[in-house]
Amino acid sequence: MSWTKKHLLDIESLTAAEITTVLDTARGFKAVGERAIKKVPALRGKTVVNLFVEPSTRTRTSFELAAIRLSADVINFSAEASSFKKGETLKDTALNLEALNADFIIIRHSAGGAPHFLSRVLDAHVINAGDGAHEHPTQALLDAFTIREKKGRIAGLNVTILGDILYSRVARSDIWALTKLGAQVTLCGPATLVPRTFEQMGCRVTHDVDEAIRDADIINLLRIQHERQRKTLFPSIGEYTQFYGLTKARLAKTKSDALIMHPGPINRGVEIDSEIADSGRSVILEQVTNGLAVRMAVLFLVNGGKAPPEVV
Amino acid sequence: MPEATVVLDAAAIQRTLTRIAHEIAERNEHGTEVVLIGIPVGGDHLAARLAKILSGVWSHRVPVGILDVTMHRDDLDQRVAPAFHPTDIPFDVNGKTVVLVDDVLFSGRTTRAAMDALNDFGRPKRIQLAVLIDRGHRELPIKADFVGKNVPTSLDEKISLRLTEAGAAQDEVLLKKQ
Repeated sequence: MSWTKKHLLDIESLTAAEITTVLDTARGFKAVGERAIKKVPALRGKTVVNLFVEPSTRTRTSFELAAIRLSADVINFSAEASSFKKGETLKDTALNLEALNADFIIIRHSAGGAPHFLSRVLDAHVINAGDGAHEHPTQALLDAFTIREKKGRIAGLNVTILGDILYSRVARSDIWALTKLGAQVTLCGPATLVPRTFEQMGCRVTHDVDEAIRDADIINLLRIQHERQRKTLFPSIGEYTQFYGLTKARLAKTKSDALIMHPGPINRGVEIDSEIADSGRSVILEQVTNGLAVRMAVLFLVNGGKAPPEVV
Repeated sequence: MPEATVVLDAAAIQRTLTRIAHEIAERNEHGTEVVLIGIPVGGDHLAARLAKILSGVWSHRVPVGILDVTMHRDDLDQRVAPAFHPTDIPFDVNGKTVVLVDDVLFSGRTTRAAMDALNDFGRPKRIQLAVLIDRGHRELPIKADFVGKNVPTSLDEKISLRLTEAGAAQDEVLLKKQ
């Protein structure tokens, strides 16, 4: 066991041992989810606030259920119906929540670094549920958990992340987590969405999809965020599907035991062929189940963590 | 280097477990409703070894489970999160006589947590407690039904165990001064 951190802010600052501790702990929580009584009293009496300044349904629901299964009380706080509309700052909102004795603040924010900022002004435990294009640590932990569970290991595996990587916090967190655990990570997508600067993070960048997935043990697809006006970055959705979508013809040229992952929500017929999404090769729904166990593990572990001594 | 005294060596551990098994058999005549549940780390190995001996005594297989009590501890706020071991109870505990098996009985808080945790799996007919070492200093009104060895200790001493599931020559129980 090696977890002494008070917050979960990013994967970049975690050691391989800390990541492994989360995965090992999550294994126990996954078993709890399979029992008749799925609830344990570990966080009884604690208050968890879901502070989602950027909208999200699946991550918020997953954190909410994780907190409930640990017997904590949960309140949800969303941007649409909140004081942000009235001009309150993030700091004041968070201090108000803490004044109500919130023990954990789970934050999603469109600005990278927002969770780090809160961790400096609050006494509560802060968990990053996605900050801008920076990181989405629990997604990376659940991806690593799923890979380890399915393949028995992570070190030495070839993981290809395919799609819209430039603005993807999932890609960044995945790259940190998987390279720390010894996987070889390859990034692939249109050159505008997958710049070579990512090579600095210790992964391989290619724009040839067939080459990128040929030796992959894991193919992790990222959603094309077409709502974010990507017209200038690639010509059309149809062209993206033709050149980078995971079609049956492309899948036929991969290793027969390569697994397909996707953080969701999936766009059927765009980055992934509909039949592939429903096939036995896809572990997309298992990722959702594992996400719950991983988030329970994170809440449980940070509860025992203490703030590091002030660095002057 | 802390000084260490051997409380039980490998042979003594095996003899002690054999005696505890016979006491369990004596208390539960036919044993058809007895299941053993070990508390990790330590109790799970002991439960497996007791089950092996009891299966010989009763001439039928005695079910063994593992129960992690971490989530039910009352000190989670006061310490770094402890390791969480998978629970595995591959049988129904309803109506059974559950013998909880732990390595060391100390404050009694682990036993209390175990009884709470067991609630989530059903309602046993009765629960009995078997421990290899009782070192005293109870903080709760809990008493073992089957004790391997009573070891009077002071609070600055530590019981350290090396146990294996099959039982090996290196197995031992040590009393260490901190």
